[in-house]
Amino acid sequence: MSLARTLAPPRVDLLRVAELVAPGSRVLDVGCGDGELLRLLVEQRNVDGRGIELSQQGVNDCVAKGLSVIQGDADADLVDYPNDAFDYVILSQTLQATRQPRVVLEHMLRIGGRAIVSVPNFGHWRVRTQIALLGRMPVTESLSHSWYDTPNIHFCTIADFIALAGEVGATIDKSAALDPQGRPLNPIWPKWAWNLLGEQAIFLLHRRR
Amino acid sequence: MGEAGAFVNGAIAQSVSPDSPTLRLGPGSPLRMDSGAVLAPLTIAYQTYGALNAAKSNALLVCHALTGDQHVGNLHPVTGRPGWWETMVGPGRPFDTDRFFVICPNVLGGCMGSTGPASINPETGEPYGLDFPIVTIADMVRAQALLIDHLGIDMLFCVAGGSMGGMQVLQWAATYPDRLFAALPIATATRHSSQNIAFHEVGRQAVMADPDWRGGRYLVEGTRPTKGLAVARMAAHITYLSETALHRRFGRNLQDRSARTFSFDADFQVESYLRHQGTIFVERFDPNSYLYMTRAMDYFDLAADYGGSLANAFKDSRTRFCVVSFTSDWLFPTRDSRAIVRALNAGGASVSFVEIETDRGHDAFLLDVPDFVDTTRGFIDAAARARGIA
Repeated sequence: MSLARTLAPPRVDLLRVAELVAPGSRVLDVGCGDGELLRLLVEQRNVDGRGIELSQQGVNDCVAKGLSVIQGDADADLVDYPNDAFDYVILSQTLQATRQPRVVLEHMLRIGGRAIVSVPNFGHWRVRTQIALLGRMPVTESLSHSWYDTPNIHFCTIADFIALAGEVGATIDKSAALDPQGRPLNPIWPKWAWNLLGEQAIFLLHRRR
Repeated sequence: MGEAGAFVNGAIAQSVSPDSPTLRLGPGSPLRMDSGAVLAPLTIAYQTYGALNAAKSNALLVCHALTGDQHVGNLHPVTGRPGWWETMVGPGRPFDTDRFFVICPNVLGGCMGSTGPASINPETGEPYGLDFPIVTIADMVRAQALLIDHLGIDMLFCVAGGSMGGMQVLQWAATYPDRLFAALPIATATRHSSQNIAFHEVGRQAVMADPDWRGGRYLVEGTRPTKGLAVARMAAHITYLSETALHRRFGRNLQDRSARTFSFDADFQVESYLRHQGTIFVERFDPNSYLYMTRAMDYFDLAADYGGSLANAFKDSRTRFCVVSFTSDWLFPTRDSRAIVRALNAGGASVSFVEIETDRGHDAFLLDVPDFVDTTRGFIDAAARARGIA
Protein backbone atom coordinates (compact mmCIF):
# COMPACT_ATOMS: atom_id res chain seq x y z
CA MET A 1 0.00 0.00 0.00
CA SER A 2 1.49 3.31 -0.98
CA LEU A 3 -0.52 5.02 1.75
CA ALA A 4 0.82 2.71 4.41
CA ARG A 5 4.40 3.50 3.57
CA THR A 6 4.12 7.27 3.70
CA LEU A 7 2.36 7.68 7.03
CA ALA A 8 3.77 6.62 10.33
CA PRO A 9 1.33 4.37 12.21
CA PRO A 10 -2.04 4.45 10.42
CA ARG A 11 -4.70 2.14 11.73
CA VAL A 12 -5.14 -0.60 9.16
CA ASP A 13 -8.90 -0.24 9.05
CA LEU A 14 -8.51 3.51 8.36
CA LEU A 15 -6.30 2.69 5.39
CA ARG A 16 -8.97 0.33 4.08
CA VAL A 17 -11.51 3.13 4.43
CA ALA A 18 -9.20 5.65 2.75
CA GLU A 19 -8.79 3.38 -0.25
CA LEU A 20 -12.50 3.66 -0.95
CA VAL A 21 -12.42 7.46 -1.28
CA ALA A 22 -11.88 9.02 -4.71
CA PRO A 23 -9.22 11.75 -4.81
CA GLY A 24 -10.42 15.36 -4.70
CA SER A 25 -13.83 14.51 -3.28
CA ARG A 26 -15.79 16.11 -0.43
CA VAL A 27 -15.74 13.99 2.72
CA LEU A 28 -17.53 14.15 6.07
CA ASP A 29 -15.97 11.93 8.74
CA VAL A 30 -18.47 11.32 11.53
CA GLY A 31 -16.74 10.53 14.80
CA CYS A 32 -13.38 11.60 13.44
CA GLY A 33 -11.46 11.31 16.73
CA ASP A 34 -8.15 13.13 16.58
CA GLY A 35 -8.46 13.52 12.82
CA GLU A 36 -6.08 10.74 11.76
CA LEU A 37 -8.25 9.56 8.88
CA LEU A 38 -9.21 13.06 7.78
CA ARG A 39 -5.60 14.16 7.69
CA LEU A 40 -4.70 11.03 5.73
CA LEU A 41 -7.43 11.85 3.23
CA VAL A 42 -6.54 15.54 2.99
CA GLU A 43 -2.83 14.94 2.55
CA GLN A 44 -2.88 11.81 0.41
CA ARG A 45 -6.11 12.14 -1.52
CA ASN A 46 -6.53 15.90 -1.61
CA VAL A 47 -10.09 15.74 -0.31
CA ASP A 48 -12.12 18.64 1.09
CA GLY A 49 -12.53 17.07 4.51
CA ARG A 50 -14.87 17.91 7.38
CA GLY A 51 -15.46 16.12 10.64
CA ILE A 52 -17.78 15.67 13.60
CA GLU A 53 -16.30 14.64 16.94
CA LEU A 54 -17.79 14.36 20.41
CA SER A 55 -14.72 14.93 22.59
CA GLN A 56 -13.32 18.41 23.15
CA GLN A 57 -9.78 17.02 23.09
CA GLY A 58 -10.45 15.35 19.75
CA VAL A 59 -11.86 18.56 18.27
CA ASN A 60 -8.91 20.59 19.57
CA ASP A 61 -6.46 18.08 18.05
CA CYS A 62 -8.27 18.33 14.72
CA VAL A 63 -8.48 22.13 14.73
CA ALA A 64 -4.76 22.33 15.50
CA LYS A 65 -4.15 20.16 12.43
CA GLY A 66 -6.05 22.70 10.34
CA LEU A 67 -9.04 20.39 9.92
CA SER A 68 -12.60 21.68 9.98
CA VAL A 69 -14.31 19.76 12.73
CA ILE A 70 -17.38 20.51 14.78
CA GLN A 71 -18.12 19.22 18.23
CA GLY A 72 -21.19 17.04 18.10
CA ASP A 73 -22.45 13.52 17.50
CA ALA A 74 -24.05 11.49 14.77
CA ASP A 75 -27.44 11.22 16.44
CA ALA A 76 -27.90 14.94 17.05
CA ASP A 77 -26.07 16.74 14.31
CA LEU A 78 -26.38 14.91 10.98
CA VAL A 79 -29.94 16.18 10.65
CA ASP A 80 -28.57 19.70 10.15
CA TYR A 81 -26.61 18.92 7.00
CA PRO A 82 -28.20 19.57 3.62
CA ASN A 83 -28.79 16.84 1.04
CA ASP A 84 -25.85 15.78 -1.12
CA ALA A 85 -23.44 18.09 0.69
CA PHE A 86 -20.64 15.52 0.44
CA ASP A 87 -19.38 12.84 -1.90
CA TYR A 88 -18.65 10.51 1.02
CA VAL A 89 -19.89 10.34 4.58
CA ILE A 90 -17.73 8.08 6.72
CA LEU A 91 -18.70 6.40 9.97
CA SER A 92 -15.86 4.32 11.31
CA GLN A 93 -16.53 1.89 14.16
CA THR A 94 -19.23 4.15 15.56
CA LEU A 95 -22.62 2.97 14.26
CA GLN A 96 -23.00 0.53 17.15
CA ALA A 97 -22.58 3.43 19.62
CA THR A 98 -25.37 5.58 18.17
CA ARG A 99 -28.83 5.76 19.69
CA GLN A 100 -30.58 5.36 16.35
CA PRO A 101 -28.32 3.49 13.91
CA ARG A 102 -30.96 3.25 11.21
CA VAL A 103 -31.69 7.00 11.29
CA VAL A 104 -27.98 7.75 11.30
CA LEU A 105 -27.41 5.53 8.27
CA GLU A 106 -30.32 7.15 6.43
CA HIS A 107 -28.91 10.63 7.10
CA MET A 108 -25.51 9.51 5.85
CA LEU A 109 -27.05 8.27 2.61
CA ARG A 110 -28.99 11.54 2.28
CA ILE A 111 -26.04 13.84 2.98
CA GLY A 112 -23.50 11.93 0.92
CA GLY A 113 -23.50 10.40 -2.52
CA ARG A 114 -21.76 7.44 -0.88
CA ALA A 115 -21.58 6.22 2.68
CA ILE A 116 -18.64 4.29 4.09
CA VAL A 117 -19.44 2.37 7.24
CA SER A 118 -17.21 0.07 9.25
CA VAL A 119 -18.75 -2.02 12.01
CA PRO A 120 -17.38 -4.49 14.54
CA ASN A 121 -18.90 -7.91 13.88
CA PHE A 122 -20.91 -9.29 16.79
CA GLY A 123 -21.26 -12.51 14.82
CA HIS A 124 -17.57 -13.35 15.07
CA TRP A 125 -17.00 -16.87 16.36
CA ARG A 126 -15.24 -15.68 19.53
CA VAL A 127 -18.27 -13.60 20.44
CA ARG A 128 -20.60 -16.44 19.64
CA THR A 129 -18.66 -18.95 21.72
CA GLN A 130 -18.52 -16.66 24.75
CA ILE A 131 -22.27 -16.36 24.77
CA ALA A 132 -22.94 -19.97 23.79
CA LEU A 133 -20.45 -21.71 26.05
CA LEU A 134 -19.91 -19.33 28.95
CA GLY A 135 -23.34 -17.74 28.94
CA ARG A 136 -21.74 -14.33 29.45
CA MET A 137 -21.79 -11.15 27.39
CA PRO A 138 -18.61 -11.19 25.34
CA VAL A 139 -15.51 -9.21 26.19
CA THR A 140 -12.85 -9.51 23.51
CA GLU A 141 -9.78 -7.57 22.48
CA SER A 142 -11.74 -5.40 20.07
CA LEU A 143 -14.91 -5.29 22.20
CA SER A 144 -13.17 -4.62 25.47
CA HIS A 145 -16.03 -3.17 27.55
CA SER A 146 -18.23 -4.98 30.01
CA TRP A 147 -21.94 -4.94 29.27
CA TYR A 148 -22.68 -2.34 31.93
CA ASP A 149 -20.16 0.28 30.83
CA THR A 150 -20.01 -0.22 27.09
CA PRO A 151 -20.67 2.75 24.82
CA ASN A 152 -21.69 0.18 22.21
CA ILE A 153 -25.43 -0.03 22.68
CA HIS A 154 -26.52 -1.31 19.27
CA PHE A 155 -24.33 -4.20 18.24
CA CYS A 156 -24.89 -5.90 14.95
CA THR A 157 -23.39 -8.69 12.91
CA ILE A 158 -22.20 -8.41 9.33
CA ALA A 159 -25.41 -10.15 8.27
CA ASP A 160 -27.49 -7.71 10.32
CA PHE A 161 -25.85 -4.70 8.68
CA ILE A 162 -26.41 -6.12 5.19
CA ALA A 163 -30.07 -6.57 6.10
CA LEU A 164 -30.31 -2.97 7.40
CA ALA A 165 -28.76 -1.67 4.19
CA GLY A 166 -31.51 -3.48 2.28
CA GLU A 167 -34.21 -2.08 4.55
CA VAL A 168 -33.14 1.55 4.02
CA GLY A 169 -32.94 1.04 0.27
CA ALA A 170 -29.16 1.17 0.01
CA THR A 171 -27.02 -0.68 -2.49
CA ILE A 172 -23.71 -2.09 -1.23
CA ASP A 173 -21.12 -1.25 -3.87
CA LYS A 174 -18.14 -2.74 -2.10
CA SER A 175 -17.60 -4.64 1.10
CA ALA A 176 -14.77 -6.33 2.90
CA ALA A 177 -14.49 -8.32 6.11
CA LEU A 178 -11.22 -7.95 8.00
CA ASP A 179 -9.47 -10.42 10.27
CA PRO A 180 -8.07 -9.29 13.64
CA GLN A 181 -4.89 -8.11 11.87
CA GLY A 182 -6.92 -5.94 9.52
CA ARG A 183 -6.32 -8.20 6.51
CA PRO A 184 -9.29 -8.69 4.20
CA LEU A 185 -10.87 -12.12 4.19
CA ASN A 186 -11.15 -13.86 0.85
CA PRO A 187 -13.90 -11.96 -0.98
CA ILE A 188 -15.23 -15.06 -2.68
CA TRP A 189 -16.08 -16.69 0.64
CA PRO A 190 -19.79 -16.77 1.32
CA LYS A 191 -21.18 -14.07 3.61
CA TRP A 192 -21.89 -16.60 6.39
CA ALA A 193 -18.16 -17.28 6.52
CA TRP A 194 -17.44 -13.52 6.78
CA ASN A 195 -20.01 -13.34 9.52
CA LEU A 196 -18.20 -16.08 11.42
CA LEU A 197 -14.58 -15.12 10.79
CA GLY A 198 -14.58 -11.36 10.19
CA GLU A 199 -13.74 -9.21 13.19
CA GLN A 200 -15.06 -6.15 11.43
CA ALA A 201 -16.46 -5.24 8.04
CA ILE A 202 -16.33 -2.18 5.82
CA PHE A 203 -19.10 -1.22 3.44
CA LEU A 204 -19.34 1.30 0.65
CA LEU A 205 -22.97 2.04 -0.06
CA HIS A 206 -25.26 4.44 -1.86
CA ARG A 207 -28.98 4.89 -1.87
CA ARG A 208 -30.91 4.13 -5.02
CA ARG A 209 -32.61 7.34 -6.13
CA MET B 1 -17.91 72.51 25.14
CA GLY B 2 -18.98 75.22 27.59
CA GLU B 3 -20.20 73.84 30.88
CA ALA B 4 -19.34 70.32 29.81
CA GLY B 5 -15.70 71.32 30.01
CA ALA B 6 -16.00 70.96 33.75
CA PHE B 7 -16.98 67.34 33.27
CA VAL B 8 -14.12 65.35 34.78
CA ASN B 9 -14.56 61.91 33.34
CA GLY B 10 -11.92 59.73 31.77
CA ALA B 11 -14.22 58.38 29.12
CA ILE B 12 -15.37 61.81 28.03
CA ALA B 13 -11.79 63.06 27.85
CA GLN B 14 -10.88 60.00 25.77
CA SER B 15 -13.85 60.46 23.47
CA VAL B 16 -12.58 63.91 22.54
CA SER B 17 -8.83 63.31 22.50
CA PRO B 18 -8.02 59.61 22.74
CA ASP B 19 -4.65 58.12 23.65
CA SER B 20 -4.73 56.26 20.33
CA PRO B 21 -4.01 56.87 16.67
CA THR B 22 -7.10 58.03 14.81
CA LEU B 23 -8.41 57.90 11.27
CA ARG B 24 -10.28 61.13 10.56
CA LEU B 25 -12.56 61.30 7.53
CA GLY B 26 -13.96 64.66 6.54
CA PRO B 27 -17.31 65.70 5.10
CA GLY B 28 -16.14 64.46 1.69
CA SER B 29 -16.36 60.80 2.69
CA PRO B 30 -19.54 60.33 4.73
CA LEU B 31 -20.62 57.01 6.23
CA ARG B 32 -24.06 55.88 5.08
CA MET B 33 -25.74 54.15 7.99
CA ASP B 34 -28.49 51.52 8.13
CA SER B 35 -30.88 54.06 9.66
CA GLY B 36 -30.54 56.22 6.56
CA ALA B 37 -28.43 58.76 8.39
CA VAL B 38 -25.25 60.05 6.80
CA LEU B 39 -22.42 60.58 9.27
CA ALA B 40 -19.58 63.03 8.71
CA PRO B 41 -17.03 63.83 9.86
CA LEU B 42 -16.02 60.43 11.14
CA THR B 43 -13.21 59.51 13.52
CA ILE B 44 -12.04 55.97 14.24
CA ALA B 45 -9.62 55.51 17.13
CA TYR B 46 -7.60 52.32 17.06
CA GLN B 47 -4.61 50.51 18.48
CA THR B 48 -2.18 48.31 16.57
CA TYR B 49 0.37 45.79 17.80
CA GLY B 50 3.14 44.11 15.83
CA ALA B 51 4.05 44.91 12.23
CA LEU B 52 2.29 44.48 8.92
CA ASN B 53 4.36 42.16 6.71
CA ALA B 54 5.41 43.04 3.14
CA ALA B 55 2.64 40.92 1.63
CA LYS B 56 0.12 42.62 3.96
CA SER B 57 -1.24 39.18 4.71
CA ASN B 58 -0.84 39.04 8.50
CA ALA B 59 -3.40 41.58 9.73
CA LEU B 60 -5.65 40.33 12.50
CA LEU B 61 -8.65 42.48 13.39
CA VAL B 62 -9.97 42.22 16.95
CA CYS B 63 -13.55 43.44 17.47
CA HIS B 64 -14.40 44.46 21.00
CA ALA B 65 -17.50 43.69 23.01
CA LEU B 66 -20.23 45.98 24.39
CA THR B 67 -18.14 47.79 26.99
CA GLY B 68 -14.72 47.03 25.55
CA ASP B 69 -12.51 49.37 23.60
CA GLN B 70 -9.41 49.47 21.42
CA HIS B 71 -6.99 48.90 24.31
CA VAL B 72 -6.91 45.14 23.85
CA GLY B 73 -3.23 44.62 24.62
CA ASN B 74 -1.91 47.66 26.50
CA LEU B 75 -2.53 49.38 29.82
CA HIS B 76 -5.83 51.20 29.77
CA PRO B 77 -5.33 55.00 29.66
CA VAL B 78 -8.22 55.62 32.09
CA THR B 79 -8.17 52.67 34.47
CA GLY B 80 -4.49 51.75 34.25
CA ARG B 81 -5.53 48.09 34.06
CA PRO B 82 -3.98 45.56 31.62
CA GLY B 83 -5.43 45.17 28.14
CA TRP B 84 -8.80 43.41 28.15
CA TRP B 85 -7.65 40.42 26.10
CA GLU B 86 -4.11 39.87 27.24
CA THR B 87 -4.72 36.11 27.37
CA MET B 88 -5.00 36.30 23.57
CA VAL B 89 -2.92 39.26 22.38
CA GLY B 90 0.83 39.60 22.86
CA PRO B 91 4.16 37.97 22.06
CA GLY B 92 3.76 34.19 22.12
CA ARG B 93 0.03 34.45 22.72
CA PRO B 94 -2.48 32.98 20.24
CA PHE B 95 -2.72 36.37 18.49
CA ASP B 96 1.05 36.52 18.48
CA THR B 97 2.15 40.10 17.99
CA ASP B 98 5.57 38.83 16.85
CA ARG B 99 3.81 37.24 13.84
CA PHE B 100 0.60 39.15 13.32
CA PHE B 101 -0.33 42.79 12.88
CA VAL B 102 -3.14 43.09 15.40
CA ILE B 103 -5.61 45.94 14.86
CA CYS B 104 -8.29 46.86 17.37
CA PRO B 105 -10.56 49.84 16.64
CA ASN B 106 -13.01 51.47 19.02
CA VAL B 107 -16.44 50.81 17.50
CA LEU B 108 -18.59 53.48 15.91
CA GLY B 109 -20.79 54.88 18.66
CA GLY B 110 -18.17 54.06 21.30
CA CYS B 111 -16.67 56.51 23.77
CA MET B 112 -12.92 56.00 23.52
CA GLY B 113 -12.22 58.20 20.55
CA SER B 114 -14.34 56.88 17.69
CA THR B 115 -17.28 59.05 16.72
CA GLY B 116 -20.18 58.53 19.11
CA PRO B 117 -22.86 60.33 21.08
CA ALA B 118 -20.24 62.21 23.14
CA SER B 119 -18.60 63.59 19.99
CA ILE B 120 -19.32 67.10 18.83
CA ASN B 121 -22.20 67.44 16.38
CA PRO B 122 -20.86 69.77 13.68
CA GLU B 123 -24.34 71.19 13.14
CA THR B 124 -24.75 72.39 16.72
CA GLY B 125 -21.24 72.58 18.10
CA GLU B 126 -22.46 70.57 21.10
CA PRO B 127 -22.13 66.86 21.89
CA TYR B 128 -24.57 64.79 19.81
CA GLY B 129 -26.34 63.14 22.73
CA LEU B 130 -29.45 61.46 21.42
CA ASP B 131 -29.11 63.30 18.10
CA PHE B 132 -26.46 60.76 17.24
CA PRO B 133 -27.92 58.31 14.68
CA ILE B 134 -28.71 54.78 15.84
CA VAL B 135 -25.73 52.55 15.11
CA THR B 136 -26.00 48.96 13.89
CA ILE B 137 -23.41 46.18 13.93
CA ALA B 138 -23.22 46.55 10.13
CA ASP B 139 -22.47 50.27 10.55
CA MET B 140 -19.63 49.43 12.93
CA VAL B 141 -18.21 46.98 10.41
CA ARG B 142 -18.50 49.48 7.54
CA ALA B 143 -16.52 51.96 9.59
CA GLN B 144 -13.91 49.30 10.36
CA ALA B 145 -13.61 48.50 6.65
CA LEU B 146 -12.76 52.17 6.03
CA LEU B 147 -9.95 51.83 8.56
CA ILE B 148 -8.70 48.64 6.92
CA ASP B 149 -8.74 50.45 3.54
CA HIS B 150 -6.80 53.31 5.11
CA LEU B 151 -4.18 50.85 6.41
CA GLY B 152 -3.78 49.52 2.85
CA ILE B 153 -4.99 46.02 3.63
CA ASP B 154 -7.11 44.17 1.07
CA MET B 155 -7.63 40.94 2.97
CA LEU B 156 -7.46 40.45 6.70
CA PHE B 157 -5.84 37.26 7.91
CA CYS B 158 -8.46 36.90 10.61
CA VAL B 159 -11.29 38.77 12.29
CA ALA B 160 -11.86 37.72 15.90
CA GLY B 161 -14.13 38.77 18.72
CA GLY B 162 -16.46 37.65 21.48
CA SER B 163 -20.05 38.62 22.28
CA MET B 164 -20.79 41.89 20.43
CA GLY B 165 -17.31 41.46 18.93
CA GLY B 166 -18.45 38.08 17.61
CA MET B 167 -21.46 39.73 16.02
CA GLN B 168 -19.06 42.02 14.16
CA VAL B 169 -17.03 38.99 13.07
CA LEU B 170 -20.16 37.39 11.60
CA GLN B 171 -21.13 40.67 9.94
CA TRP B 172 -17.64 40.94 8.43
CA ALA B 173 -17.95 37.41 7.03
CA ALA B 174 -21.34 38.19 5.53
CA THR B 175 -20.60 41.67 4.17
CA TYR B 176 -17.00 41.27 3.05
CA PRO B 177 -16.52 37.52 2.42
CA ASP B 178 -13.46 38.14 0.24
CA ARG B 179 -11.74 40.35 2.80
CA LEU B 180 -11.13 37.84 5.58
CA PHE B 181 -9.21 34.58 5.38
CA ALA B 182 -10.35 33.30 8.77
CA ALA B 183 -13.06 34.19 11.25
CA LEU B 184 -13.23 33.49 14.98
CA PRO B 185 -16.67 34.31 16.40
CA ILE B 186 -16.78 33.53 20.12
CA ALA B 187 -19.68 33.31 22.58
CA THR B 188 -21.97 35.08 20.16
CA ALA B 189 -25.11 34.77 18.05
CA THR B 190 -26.49 35.83 14.71
CA ARG B 191 -29.30 37.59 16.50
CA HIS B 192 -29.99 38.94 19.93
CA SER B 193 -32.52 36.87 21.84
CA SER B 194 -35.67 38.26 23.41
CA GLN B 195 -34.18 37.67 26.85
CA ASN B 196 -31.04 39.58 25.94
CA ILE B 197 -33.04 42.50 24.55
CA ALA B 198 -34.98 42.45 27.82
CA PHE B 199 -31.82 42.71 29.92
CA HIS B 200 -30.58 45.56 27.75
CA GLU B 201 -33.85 47.40 28.13
CA VAL B 202 -33.52 47.18 31.91
CA GLY B 203 -30.07 48.74 31.62
CA ARG B 204 -31.24 51.53 29.33
CA GLN B 205 -34.19 52.34 31.56
CA ALA B 206 -31.84 52.54 34.53
CA VAL B 207 -29.69 55.09 32.68
CA MET B 208 -32.67 57.11 31.49
CA ALA B 209 -34.35 57.07 34.91
CA ASP B 210 -31.34 58.86 36.40
CA PRO B 211 -32.43 62.52 36.85
CA ASP B 212 -28.93 63.58 35.86
CA TRP B 213 -29.35 61.97 32.46
CA ARG B 214 -31.32 65.05 31.33
CA GLY B 215 -32.79 63.49 28.21
CA GLY B 216 -29.28 62.58 27.09
CA ARG B 217 -28.06 66.19 27.37
CA TYR B 218 -25.97 65.68 30.51
CA LEU B 219 -22.74 66.73 28.78
CA VAL B 220 -24.27 70.05 27.79
CA GLU B 221 -25.94 70.55 31.15
CA GLY B 222 -22.87 69.48 33.13
CA THR B 223 -24.43 66.63 35.09
CA ARG B 224 -23.27 63.03 35.52
CA PRO B 225 -25.87 60.24 35.29
CA THR B 226 -23.53 57.79 36.97
CA LYS B 227 -26.06 56.13 39.28
CA GLY B 228 -28.22 54.89 36.45
CA LEU B 229 -25.28 53.62 34.45
CA ALA B 230 -23.86 51.88 37.52
CA VAL B 231 -27.16 50.05 38.07
CA ALA B 232 -27.22 49.09 34.39
CA ARG B 233 -23.71 47.70 34.73
CA MET B 234 -24.56 45.80 37.90
CA ALA B 235 -27.53 44.09 36.28
CA ALA B 236 -25.60 43.32 33.12
CA HIS B 237 -22.63 41.99 35.05
CA ILE B 238 -24.77 39.26 36.57
CA THR B 239 -25.59 38.03 33.08
CA TYR B 240 -21.90 37.69 32.25
CA LEU B 241 -21.33 35.21 35.08
CA SER B 242 -22.78 31.83 35.91
CA GLU B 243 -24.63 30.97 39.08
CA THR B 244 -21.91 28.44 39.87
CA ALA B 245 -19.15 31.01 39.44
CA LEU B 246 -20.96 33.57 41.58
CA HIS B 247 -21.58 31.03 44.31
CA ARG B 248 -18.02 29.75 44.27
CA ARG B 249 -16.60 33.24 44.51
CA PHE B 250 -18.97 34.82 47.01
CA GLY B 251 -21.40 32.29 48.36
CA ARG B 252 -23.39 34.04 51.10
CA ASN B 253 -20.21 35.46 52.61
CA LEU B 254 -20.51 38.75 54.45
CA GLN B 255 -18.42 41.77 53.49
CA ASP B 256 -15.99 42.96 56.21
CA ARG B 257 -18.42 42.14 59.00
CA SER B 258 -19.25 39.17 61.14
CA ALA B 259 -23.01 39.54 61.23
CA ARG B 260 -25.90 41.01 59.31
CA THR B 261 -26.41 44.71 60.00
CA PHE B 262 -30.20 44.70 59.58
CA SER B 263 -29.88 47.48 57.05
CA PHE B 264 -29.51 47.94 53.30
CA ASP B 265 -25.75 48.24 53.46
CA ALA B 266 -23.77 45.92 51.24
CA ASP B 267 -23.73 43.13 53.83
CA PHE B 268 -22.97 40.45 51.30
CA GLN B 269 -19.75 40.22 49.36
CA VAL B 270 -21.66 39.81 46.14
CA GLU B 271 -23.40 43.14 46.72
CA SER B 272 -20.16 44.87 47.45
CA TYR B 273 -18.63 43.32 44.33
CA LEU B 274 -21.46 44.47 42.09
CA ARG B 275 -21.40 47.99 43.53
CA HIS B 276 -17.67 48.08 42.84
CA GLN B 277 -18.23 46.92 39.26
CA GLY B 278 -20.78 49.70 38.79
CA THR B 279 -18.51 52.35 40.31
CA ILE B 280 -15.43 51.58 38.25
CA PHE B 281 -17.47 51.24 35.06
CA VAL B 282 -18.91 54.75 35.14
CA GLU B 283 -15.40 56.19 35.35
CA ARG B 284 -14.56 54.88 31.91
CA PHE B 285 -17.84 54.71 30.03
CA ASP B 286 -20.26 57.21 28.58
CA PRO B 287 -23.92 56.56 29.51
CA ASN B 288 -25.29 57.51 26.09
CA SER B 289 -22.73 55.28 24.44
CA TYR B 290 -24.09 52.44 26.58
CA LEU B 291 -27.56 53.09 25.17
CA TYR B 292 -26.26 53.03 21.59
CA MET B 293 -24.12 49.89 22.04
CA THR B 294 -26.93 47.89 23.61
CA ARG B 295 -29.30 49.03 20.85
CA ALA B 296 -26.86 47.91 18.16
CA MET B 297 -26.81 44.43 19.66
CA ASP B 298 -30.59 44.33 20.01
CA TYR B 299 -31.07 45.22 16.35
CA PHE B 300 -28.63 42.58 15.15
CA ASP B 301 -30.37 39.85 13.14
CA LEU B 302 -28.14 38.66 10.36
CA ALA B 303 -30.65 36.28 8.80
CA ALA B 304 -33.24 39.06 8.45
CA ASP B 305 -30.78 40.96 6.26
CA TYR B 306 -30.46 37.93 3.98
CA GLY B 307 -34.05 37.04 3.16
CA GLY B 308 -34.60 35.24 6.45
CA SER B 309 -32.00 32.60 5.67
CA LEU B 310 -28.80 32.55 7.65
CA ALA B 311 -27.29 30.15 5.12
CA ASN B 312 -27.62 32.87 2.46
CA ALA B 313 -25.52 35.19 4.61
CA PHE B 314 -22.60 32.77 4.35
CA LYS B 315 -23.29 31.26 0.93
CA ASP B 316 -20.15 30.18 -0.93
CA SER B 317 -17.96 31.71 1.77
CA ARG B 318 -14.33 30.64 1.45
CA THR B 319 -13.45 31.95 4.89
CA ARG B 320 -12.44 29.31 7.41
CA PHE B 321 -14.44 29.66 10.60
CA CYS B 322 -13.88 28.52 14.15
CA VAL B 323 -16.96 28.99 16.32
CA VAL B 324 -16.53 28.76 20.09
CA SER B 325 -19.09 28.61 22.88
CA PHE B 326 -18.91 27.97 26.62
CA THR B 327 -21.02 25.44 28.52
CA SER B 328 -22.05 27.83 31.31
CA ASP B 329 -22.77 30.85 29.08
CA TRP B 330 -26.50 31.44 29.41
CA LEU B 331 -26.40 34.86 27.73
CA PHE B 332 -25.13 33.44 24.43
CA PRO B 333 -25.76 29.74 24.94
CA THR B 334 -24.26 26.98 22.84
CA ARG B 335 -27.43 26.59 20.80
CA ASP B 336 -26.80 30.07 19.36
CA SER B 337 -23.36 28.96 18.23
CA ARG B 338 -24.79 25.76 16.80
CA ALA B 339 -27.19 27.84 14.72
CA ILE B 340 -24.17 29.65 13.26
CA VAL B 341 -22.48 26.32 12.56
CA ARG B 342 -25.61 24.92 10.91
CA ALA B 343 -25.86 27.93 8.63
CA LEU B 344 -22.20 27.76 7.71
CA ASN B 345 -22.48 24.07 6.94
CA ALA B 346 -25.60 24.64 4.87
CA GLY B 347 -23.68 27.28 2.94
CA GLY B 348 -20.83 24.82 2.43
CA ALA B 349 -18.35 26.89 4.43
CA SER B 350 -15.33 25.48 6.22
CA VAL B 351 -16.23 25.53 9.89
CA SER B 352 -14.93 24.15 13.16
CA PHE B 353 -16.90 24.33 16.37
CA VAL B 354 -15.87 23.78 19.98
CA GLU B 355 -17.94 24.04 23.13
CA ILE B 356 -15.52 24.76 25.96
CA GLU B 357 -16.34 23.16 29.31
CA THR B 358 -16.19 25.88 31.97
CA ASP B 359 -18.36 27.24 34.77
CA ARG B 360 -17.24 30.85 34.29
CA GLY B 361 -20.19 31.97 32.18
CA HIS B 362 -20.24 34.39 29.26
CA ASP B 363 -17.15 36.23 30.50
CA ALA B 364 -15.09 33.05 30.03
CA PHE B 365 -13.93 34.39 26.67
CA LEU B 366 -12.08 37.20 28.47
CA LEU B 367 -10.50 34.91 31.05
CA ASP B 368 -7.58 32.53 31.07
CA VAL B 369 -9.43 29.32 30.23
CA PRO B 370 -6.68 26.94 29.03
CA ASP B 371 -8.85 24.80 26.71
CA PHE B 372 -10.12 27.95 25.03
CA VAL B 373 -6.65 29.41 24.60
CA ASP B 374 -5.44 26.07 23.17
CA THR B 375 -8.30 25.87 20.69
CA THR B 376 -7.68 29.41 19.53
CA ARG B 377 -3.96 28.86 19.20
CA GLY B 378 -4.48 25.68 17.17
CA PHE B 379 -6.95 27.34 14.84
CA ILE B 380 -4.86 30.48 14.31
CA ASP B 381 -1.62 28.55 13.78
CA ALA B 382 -3.21 26.18 11.26
CA ALA B 383 -4.83 29.10 9.42
CA ALA B 384 -1.51 30.97 9.39
CA ARG B 385 0.17 27.93 7.80
CA ALA B 386 -2.55 27.82 5.16
CA ARG B 387 -2.14 31.55 4.56
CA GLY B 388 1.64 31.20 4.28
CA ILE B 389 2.42 33.44 7.27
CA ALA B 390 5.82 32.71 8.80
